[in-house]
This record gives sequence, C-alpha cells and structure tokens, in this order.
Amino acid sequence: MTIHIKNGSLDTSISRRGFVAGAASLTFAFTLGGMGRGGEALGATQPTKFNAFVSIAVDNTITVICPSAEMGQGVYTSLPLILAEELDADWSKVKTEFAPANPKVYGNYHRLFEGAQITAASVAVAGYFTPLRMAGAQARKVLLDAAADKWKVPASELTTDKSTITHKKSGRKITYGEVAAFASVPSEPPKVGEGDLKKPSQFKLIGRKDIGRSDVPLKVNGSAKYGIDVQVPGMLYASVLQSPMEGAKPKDVNIPDIMKVKGVTKVIPLPFGVAVIGDTVEATRSGLQTLKATWDTSGATAAGFDSDKAKDDYAAKAKDPNAETKVEYQVGDVKAGLSGAAKTVEAGYWSEYTYHAQMEPMNAVAQVSEDGKSADIWTGTQFGALAALIISGILKTTPDQIRVHQQFLGGGYGRRIWPDAAIQATILSNITKKPVKLILTREEDIAAARPRPMTHHLLRAGLDAKGNVVGWHHRLVSENVDAVAAPPRFKATGGKDYIGARGLDQAFYAIPNALAEYVREERGMRVHAWRGIGSGYNKFAAEAFLDEVAQTAGKNPLEMRLELTKDQPRANAVIKAVAEMSDFKRNRPGHGMGIAFADYHDTLSAGVAEISLDQTTGKIKVHNYWIAVDPGVVIQPDHVHAQLESAVIYGLSAALIEQFAVKDGTVQATNFDNYPVMRMSEVPEIHTKIVATSNPPSGMGEIGVVTVAPAIANAVFQLTGKRLRHLPMTAERVKKTLA
Amino acid sequence: MTATAFTINGKTANVEAEPDTPLLWVVREHLKLTGTKFGCGSGLCGACTVHIDGKAVRSCQIAVSKVAGRKVTTIEGLSPNGQHPLQKAWIAEQVPQCGYCQSGQIMQAAALLATNKKPTREQIVTHMDGNICRCGTYPRIVRAIQRAAREA
Repeated sequence: MTIHIKNGSLDTSISRRGFVAGAASLTFAFTLGGMGRGGEALGATQPTKFNAFVSIAVDNTITVICPSAEMGQGVYTSLPLILAEELDADWSKVKTEFAPANPKVYGNYHRLFEGAQITAASVAVAGYFTPLRMAGAQARKVLLDAAADKWKVPASELTTDKSTITHKKSGRKITYGEVAAFASVPSEPPKVGEGDLKKPSQFKLIGRKDIGRSDVPLKVNGSAKYGIDVQVPGMLYASVLQSPMEGAKPKDVNIPDIMKVKGVTKVIPLPFGVAVIGDTVEATRSGLQTLKATWDTSGATAAGFDSDKAKDDYAAKAKDPNAETKVEYQVGDVKAGLSGAAKTVEAGYWSEYTYHAQMEPMNAVAQVSEDGKSADIWTGTQFGALAALIISGILKTTPDQIRVHQQFLGGGYGRRIWPDAAIQATILSNITKKPVKLILTREEDIAAARPRPMTHHLLRAGLDAKGNVVGWHHRLVSENVDAVAAPPRFKATGGKDYIGARGLDQAFYAIPNALAEYVREERGMRVHAWRGIGSGYNKFAAEAFLDEVAQTAGKNPLEMRLELTKDQPRANAVIKAVAEMSDFKRNRPGHGMGIAFADYHDTLSAGVAEISLDQTTGKIKVHNYWIAVDPGVVIQPDHVHAQLESAVIYGLSAALIEQFAVKDGTVQATNFDNYPVMRMSEVPEIHTKIVATSNPPSGMGEIGVVTVAPAIANAVFQLTGKRLRHLPMTAERVKKTLA
Repeated sequence: MTATAFTINGKTANVEAEPDTPLLWVVREHLKLTGTKFGCGSGLCGACTVHIDGKAVRSCQIAVSKVAGRKVTTIEGLSPNGQHPLQKAWIAEQVPQCGYCQSGQIMQAAALLATNKKPTREQIVTHMDGNICRCGTYPRIVRAIQRAAREA
C-alpha cells in the first residue's frame, strides 16, 4: 500500500510491486540507507554500518534497527534476534534502536502491507523474518570477506560464532568489533540468497526459551521512554477538548473564563476541538475543566446517531434481499447449497462498540521549524510514516522533512495507527511557534475513541440428511472500517472492508458452498482496527453459530470441528491439542465447556473455556481457558506464551465486559468507572500450548483474542441450553437470555 | 504559585506549583521523574502509584500541598540500582509487555510486601485489583510477587 498526498488530501494507489518473502530465488541487496557511509572504514571512531539494519562498534556492541513499533508485542527483541541469528552475533552485546519513519528502507513487505512501514495486523515477524535474516547474513559476509582479506585465506575456511571469526587451520580468531575497526563496507554490498541462510537445525538464538525481552529491564525501573515522557526545552503544554464526533466544530466557547485560569496562555477553537495552551500541564487541565463549548454538528455524519435505536435498521438490512452487498468470501453455490439442504438453521448475532483503552492516553510532542516547512515529532506510533505523510501535507512540505522520533508505546492494539495526537500537536506548534506537548485526558481519549464497530450478523446454514454442512451464509452489517482507517485500500477494493470483514471466511472448514458478504452502514463513527480486527466479532458469530449447527445436526461440537478440518492438518492439530489439554470431553458438574477454532493472518488456534454461571445475577465466571496455537517457526517461545495470556485476557474483557453506547453521535463513556476493563480478580487460569511447525513464522499479537468469546458462549450453551448471541455477555444481558 | 518542600527518593525537593496541582504532574513534569505514569486522572487505574511515607498512593489524587514535609518514593527511588526483589522477580517472570502500567504495579506490590512478607494468592489479588494492566500481564504479576516473597 502506498499513500500519496495530493493537494493536501490523501490520495491513493495500491502498489502490487511488493515482493513476497519466502520465494526461493529471493535475493536482497541492502543499501546502507539513512545516514550510512559506505566504502570507508570508520570503525575506529564510530560504529561501522554494514547495512540499513545493523552496525558494529569496536567494543563489539552490535546495534540493530527495529523497523516496527514496540507496543508490548515484543518486536524490540524478536526482530533484532532474527538478524543476530544469521549474523552469528553475541546476543549479550546486541542493542536495539528504533528506525526512523522511512518506508523505502524500513517498509514491511508482508503481502498485507507491500512495503508500508506500519506495525499492525501481527505481521512484523512474518514480514521482516526473511529480510532481517538476509541483512544479518549479508553483514556476516562482509565481515568474513574482510577477515579473509586480512589473513589472506579463503573466506570459505572461516567459521563464526558469538561475534567471533575463527580460522581453524591457523588457530586465528578475531572479533566482529576488531574487524569493524578496519573493514570497508563495499558500496555495492554482496548479494545474499536463501542458500546463504541457516537451516532451522542450525539456529542458536531463534527458539531459545531462556532469552528474555530486551525492553523488560527498562520497564521495571521507570527508564523506558514513552511518548508521554518526552520533554523538549521551551515547550508549552496543551490539552484539547476533542470534538465529540468527526466533523463537529466548536461554536460557542467561553474563552474569557478559561483565560482567567492561572497559567493558561491561549485558547484556540479548531476544527477538531478546542485547544487550551499553558505553561504547565496542570494549568491546561484546569482550563479544560472550566471550558464550556457548544458544537456545530451540521457537517457531522454521526450527528443524531443513537446506537441502540439504530439496531432496527441494522437488523432490517441483514434481512433485506435488495441490500447492496460486497462479497468477502465465496466458494461453490450457496443458494443451491441452502435450497437443497435437508435442514436449515438461522440466527442473528450482535456486538457493541469497544474502546482500545490503551493505558497511555494519546499524546505527542511536536516542534515545527521557524519557517514552518519541517517538524520534529516525538511520539509512540504504529504508523510513523503515515504521521509524516499527513503532517507534511498540513505543512505543505515533503514527508522527509517530518522527523518522527519513535518512542515506546504504552499500548497500541490498533489505536496508535491513526496519528491524531501528532497531527493536533503539530498544528498547535505551528500556531504558537513553540514546541507543544499535547496529552489527552482519559476522558478526551475516550471522546476521541476509534472503536471496534457495532456489528450485526445474520447466519444461515444448511445440513444434508447425514448432518454435513452443505451451505453457509454469513452476512455482516456494520460501518466500514477501511473507509475510515485505510481509505486508499477502501477505494482500491471498490468499497470492501479488509479490517472489518476479517474472519468472515471459512477457509479451513470443508464447507462446499459458502458466501460471506458485507453490508455497509454509514454512521460517521471513527471506527478503527482493534486487536483482532473483524475476526473478533466475525469469529464470535461464526463459531458460536457453528455450535448451533452442530446441535441441529446432533453432533458434538468438537467432533464437528475435527470433521470439518480433516483435510487441514494444521487446523486439525490445534483443535486436537486443545481438546486434549483441556480434557474437553470430561463432564464437570455445574460447569460448562465450550470450544472454538480460529485463524488470523496465517496463525492457527483453538481455545476451550470452562465456565460457571450465577443464575441470579447472570454473571459468567470463567474458571479455565486453554489455548493451543500454531504460529509456524517460534522465535521466542516464552513470549508466545505471554502473548497468548495477554490476548486471551483482552478477549475475555471484550467478551464479558466491554461496550459503549453512542447517543447523539457521542461516546457514552468517560473513564474506567463506566468503561470497565478486566482486572486481576476476574482472570481465570490460562493454559497455553505451542504446536510448533516448520512453517514460516506468523504473528502472535492478536490470535489469542479471537476464540475467547465464542468458546464462552458455547460453554454457556452446554451448561444452560441457552444461546448468547450478543457481545459483550454482560451479567445483565445473560440474565435476560436466561429468563 | 506556592513553593512546597518534600523529600523525593531521599532528596529534598522544593517545587513552585499551584497548591492543588496533583502530585503526579509535579513528579513527572516538574521533577522529570517520568517513571510514574498518567493513566486515568481519577484514581481508577493505578498507573500513577507512588509511596508517601511508605504507603501506596495514587499520585493523581493527592495535591502537592498535602505532601509538604513528607517522604515520596517513586519507581526511580524504590531501590538504588533497580535491585528490589520485586524488580528482579519482574525480570525473572518476564512480566512487562507494553510496560506502561508496570511502575504502578511494582510500587503497589512493594507496599504489600513491606507489611506482609508472605502474602497468600488471595491477598495479592485483593491488594493489586485496583491496578489495571491492559496487556493482561496479571498472571505474571502474581507469579512475580510470589517469587519476590519467596526469594527476598
């Protein structure tokens, strides 16, 4: 995906030029990129840069550039580890630095992103695995050539281990740092191919259980720097009362009252809200508390939107045969499959809006240059290149004039793809001609939420006389996430919704006739990618509905899934693994057991929930959650377990608690009291298992979210015979269903 | 503006700020001790937890004027070299993910271990339940506190 700014607004073109990692003939010729100085030895005074990803200093410190954002998913460690593996580096001397926003050098060539430098969709390891191995192998080759040249021996006689080159015949040894001191990096770097890479059996670092995360020590003593921690000399502080909905502009603002607050220096109504500028953060906060604004919502699509009242429209659209639909998945002939079925099943499902609730509220520090043609931005962002692009459009300059200084992210989950805080801080810096630090309050972070959309699903399935699924129809009704979050792709696909429709497919189940289609609602909400994207609600509907189909067919939910995946060994294996580890078939009196299967961007997973229910209050208690996953080659096993624990808890929170309503276009939540998220006391025992295979590595950040909601719904059915078809499964909602 | 004097991490601080300024902003923006985090501003999440005279307190909920003459400890001052048993246990159990809430988690846990050297799992959960970790590191936080209690 490439995005261009045209006349200050976003224009699009989709690049199909991107190459696919894993192709056998793939070769890389990494250039030095960025600040590199090729063709000269400079190790004596500063680290020698071998390519855009790695430099080595005389003291043997190896610095690896991390092109992705570290928001908790571990790339600060796993990506350098992949390079270090092929470099044969001494891991204890490897340091990580974040890459600048420079997609030409640091873009992700995963099929989803085709060179865009974005951290999303759990494809950092998947997309950078081969390029980083190549970069490591290339640097090693340069080191070997330099040592061979010095010792006047063939490079083929040299071996490497832990940053040391050995010539066995003569017994000579030299460290990478010593080589870096004299090595000339050729301006035409050596080409490396897949044949130059290690076999998995030769891995020394990849797959090690004892290698911890490099950022962990920084995160236990307060020294890890997040966007919110940045201070620059002479900066002003800003708080912004965010527009309650996209397109709402401030009308009347009590500016004189706010200006009376000590320390407030300026109040600026802007198209996105009202900014309060001051000498201290506390002054801007006091100013915000005094602020009263009315809004002109004439240009806001969301004006008047009521998420509860709108449900009738959503339901009608799901049933309307004339509704405009986009086909998101199709095999066989679903009409024939359903009309020829011996039995059919139909059910409707719902999910409510959810908020990311990342612990670090959105923030940024921006410093626009005096001439207004360049800027420095300090922030933690999933898409610094997009920030640079949009900001360059605002300042009427070019993206290379916007220097995005990446920081650690205090949670992302999709929220930090859109750089709204960086944009607002830049505009404020451009107005005040001073550096500006903008920190959203929690209340403003929620008002500016970019939520997972409210969705409605209508599912129909047909069974033949033997109980085989012969037809599957899934219609999703929701706002289009791509239209808001990825306009270029929305245009290029003719109005499909990659983010929102993820998980509508049934690629791993042997269903001969299936159709998944999408019907668009336009409600003006700032819907966005949210951990697990569409799979979070689409797999909830599909996997819970599959249990309804199993019931109609008189089949056990586990047996049905094993049967449907009998030609998909990887899917079949994770289902078997979770059934075994949970002892799924054992009856637990008073408890219910539910199973679900899901894939997400090439990672496969199955989960089992064990629940009990307070029949009076309707509160679900999850006792145990078992989850098995196949992510291909495992880079850091302990971290795979950690990601599963994390995503399962995120999924539990979404399944049981999280929701907000919208009234008059405005988010009806303000803080963690009325938007509760899961706390320690509600967390079940989580049991994780890796079913490792030799497939290319795929992502771990989101897969754990997806099976949780349907597994719980299925467990409640097993216990009570009642179907829960509406997320979240709050006590109140469950009580109504049980009544 | 009023000057308020208090002890922070063993040193004397004298801060010019409005008396009702939350301690959080004084610590973070005036004293540049940014290990303490802003999460909700309403005492609901625990990210800003510090110790005042040894007790865990939400620094967003206490005005700087109220800490005059008292001893404030932040994550930066919990131990001389990051060697508090909890910090070591946090590394051993590989607790942090995004890491943003972890200063608050550790400060909250440290206050527990200071008065209860061998807490039960239930006591740990009750004590820690006000601290949100959106990455869901809760199981590892429990394990790390148990480890610190064991190894301290």
